[in-house]
Amino acid sequence: MAVALERASVSLGGHVVWRDASLEVAAGEFVAILGPNGAGKSTLLKALLGVVPLSAGTARVFGRPVRRGNDAVGYLPQRRRFDPDLRIRALDLVSLGLDGDRLGVPLPSPANAERVREMIELVGAGAYAGRPIGELSGGEQQRILIAQALVTGARMLMLDEPLESLDLNNQQAISDLIRTICQRRLVTVLLVAHDINPILPFVDRVVYVAGGRVLCGKPEEVIRTETLTRLYGAPVEVLRTSDGRIVVVGQHEPVSYHAADN
Amino acid sequence: MSWDLLADVQLLLQYHFMQNALVAGTLVALLAGAAGYFVVLRGQSFAAHMLSQVGFPGAAGAVLVHVAPVFGLIAFCVAAALGIGWVGRNLDAGHRAESAAVGSILAFSLGLGLLFFRLYAGSAAGIYTFLFGTILGIADRDVQLTLVVALLGLGALAIFGRQLTFATVDPDVAEARGVHVRLLSIAFLIVLALAVAITVQIVGTLLIFALLVAPGASALQLTARPARALAVSVVLSLAFTWLGLALAYFSDLPVGFFITSLAFAVYVAIRAVKGALAFRNGSLQLRGTWFAAEA
Repeated sequence: MAVALERASVSLGGHVVWRDASLEVAAGEFVAILGPNGAGKSTLLKALLGVVPLSAGTARVFGRPVRRGNDAVGYLPQRRRFDPDLRIRALDLVSLGLDGDRLGVPLPSPANAERVREMIELVGAGAYAGRPIGELSGGEQQRILIAQALVTGARMLMLDEPLESLDLNNQQAISDLIRTICQRRLVTVLLVAHDINPILPFVDRVVYVAGGRVLCGKPEEVIRTETLTRLYGAPVEVLRTSDGRIVVVGQHEPVSYHAADN
Repeated sequence: MSWDLLADVQLLLQYHFMQNALVAGTLVALLAGAAGYFVVLRGQSFAAHMLSQVGFPGAAGAVLVHVAPVFGLIAFCVAAALGIGWVGRNLDAGHRAESAAVGSILAFSLGLGLLFFRLYAGSAAGIYTFLFGTILGIADRDVQLTLVVALLGLGALAIFGRQLTFATVDPDVAEARGVHVRLLSIAFLIVLALAVAITVQIVGTLLIFALLVAPGASALQLTARPARALAVSVVLSLAFTWLGLALAYFSDLPVGFFITSLAFAVYVAIRAVKGALAFRNGSLQLRGTWFAAEA
């Protein structure tokens, strides 16, 4: 099992985010994590990264209890953009993903440089990797961050809204890239998404976080009117458009800004 | 002063106070240049500014109780660094909490320093020294202490500089990778406090930006490669200090004036050249599209 969550609960500042969540993800699966703003989708990733502690239950990643600094796991946090004035090359960011957690003076390492170059080629960022990260477009930054997440030889990617704030072309390009990596390299993908439609064709399973609970299953099992109505505890309707897109209506999303959406 | 460089250097080194100033200045420039790179990368210029102002009553208080001022500087700066670090503990409040704390302590500390100097002798000369720096007042003991502090600061940066870079540009990923982002931020504030404490000896409280921010800012304009930018920052800091001390010695004008002027001139020159280059590229691009449209 790539991920095994058993009867897990998380509380932040005395407030229960979600409780009694059980979840199993097999290696190589592409999993979408969905749910309304503020329901605890990002918290679920952070719990699996060992950044947020569980208040109950257990969480294992590749058979071991979760811990920070696991080379087998790559993480792409939710963010809008890098500061345009941030003066560090994109390639340095990938390099920090490899050895930025080490102490001591960094000495030039041909093996590391080769590894960084290889990852940059993999995500197709060779043309702009030498430029300061802040000068790159949203899509270019996202490619660099995927390279950074993979550079330790990660077998699992945890991606928090990687398609947010990208235009449609880039959403398509980035989700295709993620799928290719998932399939060719047998990398397990946990992807938090606001909208499932761009990734619907290749999602193996869906994790739905809402109303303090976490529900897991195949997309057609989970994203149904009855299931989501039960989960939300309020009437929700799932509609399918003629071109196969899914629209969830009536979920009473609280007004929220992204800064508060953790 | 003549145009014989060797004779000038001999002249410069003939007095003991000048030897002390050059040795202390070199040590200060090494640490200030290195720490300055991180100050600019982290956007913590304001924290550096505050630490220097908090150092002022520290120095004054030390004079008042007959201790070398640099001890007072170190004590007050490190205490202030811990204070900022503690206030910043609320992660979500982030920089906002930090700058609010900084602002409220600033004026109070300057007032306190003023009081201490009045209580001591009512002398304005002492205040002047600490606000604007001097090359005359560095005793042998100060040089030794500066050496220890500079080595401590540089050693700490050598150990955690890479983690600090990671935590600065990408804190969320750094944390997930096992870097102690919060601890590093406090550790860096302490290194910054040490850098400020010894830098005040040369350029004073009010002109500290010249050595602690300007070299890093110029370096980051020149290159986005971390190792190279760090090296350029240190070299600039050394150059400003040496040239500033020499010019002050031969002209008998304040060293603070020369160091700040050099730092400012270099920064403006780099921005101007970069601006001109960007303008030229821009107009070339424009011309390119014009041709394309025509074709």
